[in-house]
Amino acid sequence: MARKATAAKPAASSTKAAAPAKGKSNTSKEELLQYYRDMLLIRRFEEKAGQLYGMGQIGGFCHLYIGQEAVVVGLEAAAEEGDKRITSYRDHGHMLACGMEARGVMAELTGREGGYSRGKGGSMHMFSREKHFYGGHGIVAAQVPLGAGLAFADKYLGNGRVTFTYFGDGAANQGQVYETYNMAELWDLPVIFVIENNQYAMGMSVKRSTKSTTFFGRGEAFGIPGEQVDGMDVLAVKAAGEKAVAHCRAGKGPYILEVMTYRYRGHSMSDPAKYRTREEVQKMRDERDPIEHVRTMLLDGKHASEDDLKAIDKEIKDIVNDSAKFAAESPEPALEELWTDIYAGEKA
Amino acid sequence: MATEILMPALSPTMEEGTLAKWLKKEGDAVKSGDILAEIETDKATMEFEAVDEGILGKILIAEGTEGVKVNTPIAVMVEEGESVSDTPAAAAPAAAPAAVSTESESTPATVAAQAAPAPAMPRDVSPDWPEGTKMKTMTVREALREAMDEEMARDETVFLMGEEVGEYQGAYKISQGLLEKYGPKRVVDTPISEIGFAGIGTGAALGGLRPIVEFMTFNFAMQGMDHIINSAAKTLYMSGGQMGCPIVFRGPNGAAARVGAQHSQDYAAWYAQVPGLKVVMPYTAADAKGLMKTAIRDPNPVIFLENEIMYGRSFEVPDLEDFTIPFGKARIARQGSDVTIVSFGIGMTHALAAAETLAAEGIEAEVIDLRTLRPMDTATVIESVKKTNRCVTVEEGWPVASIGNHISAVLMENAFDYLDAPVINCTGKDVPMPYAANLEKLALITAPEVVAAVKKVTYK
Repeated sequence: MARKATAAKPAASSTKAAAPAKGKSNTSKEELLQYYRDMLLIRRFEEKAGQLYGMGQIGGFCHLYIGQEAVVVGLEAAAEEGDKRITSYRDHGHMLACGMEARGVMAELTGREGGYSRGKGGSMHMFSREKHFYGGHGIVAAQVPLGAGLAFADKYLGNGRVTFTYFGDGAANQGQVYETYNMAELWDLPVIFVIENNQYAMGMSVKRSTKSTTFFGRGEAFGIPGEQVDGMDVLAVKAAGEKAVAHCRAGKGPYILEVMTYRYRGHSMSDPAKYRTREEVQKMRDERDPIEHVRTMLLDGKHASEDDLKAIDKEIKDIVNDSAKFAAESPEPALEELWTDIYAGEKA
Repeated sequence: MATEILMPALSPTMEEGTLAKWLKKEGDAVKSGDILAEIETDKATMEFEAVDEGILGKILIAEGTEGVKVNTPIAVMVEEGESVSDTPAAAAPAAAPAAVSTESESTPATVAAQAAPAPAMPRDVSPDWPEGTKMKTMTVREALREAMDEEMARDETVFLMGEEVGEYQGAYKISQGLLEKYGPKRVVDTPISEIGFAGIGTGAALGGLRPIVEFMTFNFAMQGMDHIINSAAKTLYMSGGQMGCPIVFRGPNGAAARVGAQHSQDYAAWYAQVPGLKVVMPYTAADAKGLMKTAIRDPNPVIFLENEIMYGRSFEVPDLEDFTIPFGKARIARQGSDVTIVSFGIGMTHALAAAETLAAEGIEAEVIDLRTLRPMDTATVIESVKKTNRCVTVEEGWPVASIGNHISAVLMENAFDYLDAPVINCTGKDVPMPYAANLEKLALITAPEVVAAVKKVTYK
């Protein structure tokens, strides 16, 4: 049994535990509608990606973000223009949340010229200078020092920017995370370490991988404050994100957010997910779904009618279908592309 | 009984040093552990402790003396009531300081020296600087430092990070003085966290800076290799050309002397295999300087393989305001018509020494210094072999999948009809580096082996 993500109750620790979601009262209708829209886009996009994978249009590895949508949407709501983000291979949601085009992401998944990396990166390796999205990294935890490096550059340049460095509970057991914590705090780097704890590192549950299951407290040894956040509640994530951002922008160094979340799908498309029960997944979907959560708020608060939400659903569906069409029709990269982009500043 | 105190070897590659200061004077009583003198090595100023009790009878080398060879007697210790005149004039070294092994062919210094016939700067047929340029003599160490200094002055986004690069002044003194000049923002001391700072450096490069990441030695870079290859070298490609990574990973590479298997390894062939990386391995100080400046300006990740033994070697360097050498251009270090010897980095010492020996026997070798391994100037090699019809490659690394193997394959494809003999690859032996002096010597490539290989391909 996975522990209930709702509780988000860490074991005793001097580092702060999750605060109850605040801001519900002062969250505007427009904001709620935006979160609903953004999360739904990720959900529908990922469902479509899963479908295209099944049809053989997407190859290789494909890690879906379904269930975790509130994490990136909540944190993007706390970010400002120019802030950076970097993540692992489960990256489609992050790209959509930071404003990258569904078309470009989907076309990368199908390995086409219209993709963000012109078909040369694939699901795990997409980037956008324009949106300050630095990938898309396939080696578990490698993005952690890279994210701290981005923050190092920001601090060096004195531009006031913050870097969101996302990684999972699996990556949290990699050694380089702790080398990075040490240096990030030593140099007061403006980086937010976001541990998306979806409770399974591929097939290994958190409890089978460590006795120190409260990841937010692991920065304490280095002097980095951390807190656990209910990752199924987009408002709670946003509130925690704002606090972390304020800490970083004030020049106080890094901050750790352990965001308790859950992935509904397998680790990758080829994962039969035998390590957990169908009931566990179903219970999470029924009781804790982050999109349903906002939907209920919108309806209960009379911010939107069923018809309003249906209209949004259709709008999102259209975007996703358009991206799938684009991804199917975009040509494969020209054969010369094999030899380009190996070195900057040079012709192949 | 009187005992001679010998100039100690205070680093694996130290051959000589400066006797900076005596902290005891003649007639002083000395206890074991007392600091006798300060000695400047090629890397640092070290305190030199007494091993035995006694009285400092006579100082043989005055303070301030430079270039004192290791194992030179520097003082005489006597016992209570004994006078210096009791000492035999040329006493055999006995009870020498702990750090010093007795002089033999197997001391570290000798290994280094044997690798270093330090031939005069050969005439360069494809000069990297205009004829008549004023030259200055400098060590490889000074050249590297000057290159970094000039580039840091030129571009605010260039910074240096690594272990002991700042306050310690560099484990090998390459960054000496840079902290004082540029401050801790741009000369960043890191904790011992290779994968961490390799990743942070790479991230900083993706974020718009131009980091120079020093590995204390490339042996330790293996801990950070994932970032060098997966993060730095591949990101431009994976991003469809969006995310360039202008970073230099530099530090000493290859065998030092008597430091054992984990600290003695040549990574040239490892890195040269990776598309997305550029790989530089200079031999001369001029190349070290010109190529380092080019490396720092390059918009791609560059592996810059230095060599501890070479740091203290002096060469002529052009005294130019802004001297760079392009990547992918080999240097013909010596012209010849009978055989082409291809090498790079410290391998050049063996190649050039062999060429001298061969010349005395009437065999004229053309010696090519590749300088950069990726991109590699194979055209110059092919052109030379078309003239000489024979080729021997020389490198310190292991024989399997070596740079020499690659050159052999290139010649097979491009100059097969010109070859009058199979290409021979002279390499280090296919073993982890042993510690024992005699075995280490056996494991390393030597000039006589190169001579033998040349005789084989020339059927002499």
